[in-house]
Amino acid sequence: MSGDGSLERLRRSGRIVVVGASLAGLRAAETLREKGFAGTLTMIGDEPYEPYDRPPLSKQVLLGKAVADHTALPRRRRIDADWRLGVPATGLDMAERVVRLGDGTEVGYDRLLIATGVRARPWPNEEEGALGGVFVLRTRDDAVALERSLAAGPRRVLVIGAGFTGSEIASACRERGLPVTVAERADAPLVGALGGVIGAVAAEMHRENGVDLRTGVMVTGLEGDPSGRVRAAHLSDGSVVEADVVVVSLGAMRNTEWLAGSGLGAGPRGIACDAGCRAFDVRGIVTDDVYVAGDVARSPHALFGYQFLSLEHWGNAVAQAETAAHNMLSESSDRRPHLWVPAFWSSQFGVNVKSVGVPSMGTEIMIAQGSRDERRFTGVYGYQGRVIGAVTFDQCRWLPFYQRMIETTAPFPLEFPTVDRRSEGNKPMDADFPDPSVPTHGPTITLSGYSPADRRMTFVPAHH
Amino acid sequence: MRLVVDLNRCQGYAQCAFLAPDVFAMHGDESLLYDPEAAEEHREDVARAVAACPVQAILLQADADEPVPTGGGLR
Repeated sequence: MSGDGSLERLRRSGRIVVVGASLAGLRAAETLREKGFAGTLTMIGDEPYEPYDRPPLSKQVLLGKAVADHTALPRRRRIDADWRLGVPATGLDMAERVVRLGDGTEVGYDRLLIATGVRARPWPNEEEGALGGVFVLRTRDDAVALERSLAAGPRRVLVIGAGFTGSEIASACRERGLPVTVAERADAPLVGALGGVIGAVAAEMHRENGVDLRTGVMVTGLEGDPSGRVRAAHLSDGSVVEADVVVVSLGAMRNTEWLAGSGLGAGPRGIACDAGCRAFDVRGIVTDDVYVAGDVARSPHALFGYQFLSLEHWGNAVAQAETAAHNMLSESSDRRPHLWVPAFWSSQFGVNVKSVGVPSMGTEIMIAQGSRDERRFTGVYGYQGRVIGAVTFDQCRWLPFYQRMIETTAPFPLEFPTVDRRSEGNKPMDADFPDPSVPTHGPTITLSGYSPADRRMTFVPAHH
Repeated sequence: MRLVVDLNRCQGYAQCAFLAPDVFAMHGDESLLYDPEAAEEHREDVARAVAACPVQAILLQADADEPVPTGGGLR
């Protein structure tokens, strides 16, 4: 393609379609315009709203300190897009270069960016999930409905699943003075993302703040009253929790179903792409014109053994979108890899929890500074003799320091004495992650690459 | 006035909460809560907060002139 002018034609008068009108889609669109794309830009979103920010929905919105329909994302620049909102994409024809929409129309493209993200995993029993008072929390509409029910002063809230979102919801309930029970299948909150050592700290935080935390249990069924509202939940230990609001917080599912049969390498784990955000087709061949960004993408990362990572991280959505947009308009020699270091934050029970790297890859942890008892510490994760991740509770200013250690594959255990010489530090412990073959609701990083040690996958050859 | 804070960057310096207390507030020692759609009357305070943030984590709407799209398709 180099030198034949086709890239110049694309910039001047091409058609770029972005499916997914959320954070990644918006930032990609802005980047395309910033880099001089003057052609037709179409933004497709299944929700009727312009791009909005989600993190406040489980934090200030549930606390009643911001309004759910006031989280529209600020624009960095004009994007002059043709908006198709409230219409889901339903199909992709890669040969014809056409996206099919739910209203029966089609949109043709020269370059396509897929940023369809994830949705909340619903309660598996559809009938029980449809009971009044049963919620999930992912979208603006979800947040409006849940906030309204909390404001009405329910007698008890049950949160199913103690990942980050579930913990934030429980925290908001307690701050509003509402009785709340949290049911978690694992032995502690947050174990999928941060392991059992940190999970134990999280469990104490829940209990100190008056959460009725039940671990090692599953909710086996929800019971409604004659009017169709939820009344109680049955737990696997035989106990019954009476609650009039139930929030199902069991993690997310990737929005890839609309790509079934398209020939794109898309499935429940996301859409596989190369480090430059170009999607793979089902044959493992990289496409030239289909790009992926945000929660729905999974791409290999040099710092983490070239495993395919899929990241449900705000910062990843921004960075990957910018890289995808840049690469869509670039010659192959000018393309950039997306090598963002995973980072996320959570705020619960008044404590700021932040992390960099991939803690869930770690096998050991050292409390490098601070103390768990004070809820102010830095935990550093080790994997095969190197630093692979770090987490802070109310100590986030140290994170950039540990991020550089991750980026430079610094040795683990840490070889230097830190400024903080309390006895807790300097001894690596088992980070205590659950068996990865046991499903957990809420890792925000999924290692989804194929490892030869992974015997749970089955190869089914296609017959021609 | 729309704004968003990159909370990966935010390190809890609390300059914003000091300069625009009607829009930004600390929750605990380090966590930041903010109003993502602050009232126009706070624009000057917010602009000062944007400028003062040591890690430049606050993004304020750049161009409010673009027509706001609304969903016209299926619901």
